[in-house]
Amino acid sequence: MAEHLVLDALEKRLGGNLVTRGVSLAVARSEIVALLGPSGSGKTTILRLVAGFETPDAGAIRLDGEDLTRVPPQRRNFGMVFQHYALFPHMTVEQNVAFGLEARGIPPAERRRRVAETLGAVELAGFEERPVSRLSGGQQQRVALARALAPRPRVLLLDEPLSNLDPTLREKTRRELKRLIRATGITTLFVTHEQEEAFDLGDRVAVLHGGRLEQVGPPQDLYDSPATRFVATFIGRASVLPATWSAARSEAMLAGGASWRAAGEEPLADSQPVDLVVRPEGLAFANGPEPGALAGEVVGRRFAGRFAYYEIALSSGTTVEVLAAPSAAEPGARAFIRPAPDGPVPRAYRRSA
Amino acid sequence: MRLRGRDAAAAALVLLLVWLVCYPLAITLGEALGAPAWTLGHFAAFVRRPDEWRALWASLWISFATVGLAAAVGVPLAFLFERAEFPGRRVLGAMVALPVVLPPLVGVVAFLFLYGESGFVSRAVQWALRLHEPPWRLSGPGAILLVHAYSMYVYFYLFTRAGLAGLDAAYLEAAASLGAGPARTFRRVTLPLLRPALAGAALLTFLTSLASFSAPYIFGGTFRVLTTQILFSRLNGDVAMAMVETTVLAAAALAGLFLLQRHEARLGAAGVEGGAGGVRGLAPPRRRLGGSRIPVAGLSWALAIFLLLPHATLILVSLVPSGTWTSETFPPVLSLANYRSLFAEPERLRPIVNSLWMAAVSTAAALAVGVAAAWLAVSRRARWRGAIESLIGMPWALPGTVFAVALAATFSKHAPWAGRFVLVGTAAILPLAYFLRSLPLTGRAAFAGLRQLDPALDEAGASLGAGTLRRLWRITLPILRPALAAGAALAFLTALGDFVVSVVLYTFETRPIAIEILSSLRMQEMGAAAAYGILLAVLSAAAFFVWGPGSEPSRGG
Repeated sequence: MAEHLVLDALEKRLGGNLVTRGVSLAVARSEIVALLGPSGSGKTTILRLVAGFETPDAGAIRLDGEDLTRVPPQRRNFGMVFQHYALFPHMTVEQNVAFGLEARGIPPAERRRRVAETLGAVELAGFEERPVSRLSGGQQQRVALARALAPRPRVLLLDEPLSNLDPTLREKTRRELKRLIRATGITTLFVTHEQEEAFDLGDRVAVLHGGRLEQVGPPQDLYDSPATRFVATFIGRASVLPATWSAARSEAMLAGGASWRAAGEEPLADSQPVDLVVRPEGLAFANGPEPGALAGEVVGRRFAGRFAYYEIALSSGTTVEVLAAPSAAEPGARAFIRPAPDGPVPRAYRRSA
Repeated sequence: MRLRGRDAAAAALVLLLVWLVCYPLAITLGEALGAPAWTLGHFAAFVRRPDEWRALWASLWISFATVGLAAAVGVPLAFLFERAEFPGRRVLGAMVALPVVLPPLVGVVAFLFLYGESGFVSRAVQWALRLHEPPWRLSGPGAILLVHAYSMYVYFYLFTRAGLAGLDAAYLEAAASLGAGPARTFRRVTLPLLRPALAGAALLTFLTSLASFSAPYIFGGTFRVLTTQILFSRLNGDVAMAMVETTVLAAAALAGLFLLQRHEARLGAAGVEGGAGGVRGLAPPRRRLGGSRIPVAGLSWALAIFLLLPHATLILVSLVPSGTWTSETFPPVLSLANYRSLFAEPERLRPIVNSLWMAAVSTAAALAVGVAAAWLAVSRRARWRGAIESLIGMPWALPGTVFAVALAATFSKHAPWAGRFVLVGTAAILPLAYFLRSLPLTGRAAFAGLRQLDPALDEAGASLGAGTLRRLWRITLPILRPALAAGAALAFLTALGDFVVSVVLYTFETRPIAIEILSSLRMQEMGAAAAYGILLAVLSAAAFFVWGPGSEPSRGG
């Protein structure tokens, strides 16, 4: 994969806190990468570093080998869509979209043509003379996108581009956004805290936690083989069971006396305390107190179409989630659970202190 | 039924305001038109006399020049203190607003002590250059403009700082990411977004300057503006001409207000105030100055000293006992004698007591009426809403001289059936005048506070069983308290230091502090004048920094 945009060991301190810790990421030409993480994970800071609004304390940002680390934003030619759009309130739609072209000294006739073309692409032809305050949220979002794309930037940056929209509008806008970015073929980096958004839009997803890049990969990889305990629990649904590692058998020994086969993602020592992370579809109900089954009580059931999620309070005190048929168990009943034979294997991670 | 009671109260309020605000103006216009023998003769006389034209023209050009000068000083300072970070920024940033705590007459007196013919600076320059004469004369339009620029750049400074603080950093980042450099971003983004703040400051400066009386009165000499011309016409017994001049001055102020508001409305329609796509409201971080840090800090300190010279001079002069300082460069005796006499001698204490009680009474009344007006007007389906708000705001746009002359004309006759009583010469006239001048200050605070109040709070109170009065007392007023306190403080100070209205309406018995300052000056009792000035300045400063906009403009969020 040819490296196009490269973030090299970026560090950034804000107000005394290290908000970005050695983040390295290579993005290919025309690739869409989602920066996914909870609030405070540093994802927006990374975007702002790439945009040039902040300067890293260490590390470098390169585009096709050109070092941009200290280049001011106005000379990077990166387009940015802000979370709240930041449309200039004193300008019309046309003036907003033309602003970047004007700054590049493009003559008026060409400017008008490009504005019309870009507005057409976001399906806002005919809105040129509207003041931006007279637009709906979805229209404002598209004007913001048109304004960023009109100067034909080298990279497109989006900061939570859909977070300001009604939930009903979000999915439709997401599809349009995806189509438009694909059609342009522009290299894109976008920030989101919504998994679904990241999975749908991103070719690859970079998961951030506490300023650190935990894992980068296609959505399927993140789900199937999460590299860290954080990714395992942050991506998709999962329950965590305290256990002890048995290196010889590659098994996790659980509190109820059961021992489950598990995959160790990191190098684990024998008898080391581990967190066993299991997906709801990785667990199943056992018929009775068979070997390897844990006893518990069904405390909740949530229907989800063909299946239901069961909440099981184990005798050890932990609560786990099991995916099974809607009539597999009744709330209040005693139940036994074990790993599902054809489900994803439970994964063991070092117990974090 | 309750709604009907509210309507009746609103109607009564409108009637009261019409009587106190509009009626005197109508009487003034009537007398200018020679009522009851209606004639345009007085206006014709105004038009024929070059002196009158000169005064009108002087009022206008002085006001425009003041706006230009005040903007030239205040706007760059606002950018410096809001956008750059350098040693001492916070302290200096607050000090730069200090001219605002000098009531107009007190500022003028301080300038007299500093730059007058025998002022400190003039004497120092004369001594340094070995001149036989004072280097300049502090009189005429130049002196007026100097005082105006000094006292009014603060409007531009505070408005621009607040505007900059509220400017969303994302707009500037958006401009940068679209390839715009600092100059283009300033011209195309920052400046247009600051336009409402700048227009507000320009309007305030223009109206204040048009209404300015102290500086033209003390420094004008033969150079007359409308406010001083009105006073001299009255002194010369030409009452009809004074009425015409008052009408013209009022018309000029209203025209200025109207033009600016129309301009704003047009901008508003173009979407400037719409604020598309919610803003984060985070101002951009201040730029840490590098090598220029030391010179900038040094220049700022020098500026602060220059701005504080009038205050320092007042303090110094107030410490010089009467008759001890003749030809020495520096006063030989310093003591608190002047302050002691202010409180020990009944005749010197009298103006202080007068000002205090008149300001207190007028502020309390203005607060009560302002809250009542806002409460009656800012409710769903309120009738009279526009009328009440315009009536409350009107005295703000009109120069104090206009109101003083109008009240003097209206309340010097006994005609109860026409709503006229003899109040001139009584203790009631000054508090009434102060009350009218205070109404916009307390009223605006109440209107703004109530508009921001979430109606759900009142509804929550109602759903919990609280009646109208209990909700007003327990919910609305406590939440509005900071806004009302600020408005009331401003109103109290304006009344306490008032000169322009008092000079027309005072009696010897009810003379306020400013009038006493003037007579102290006339009797060459500089120390007493300065001590009164310091008293006013300290009270103003206390209120300004506790409630006023001078405490660090808020940084959004």
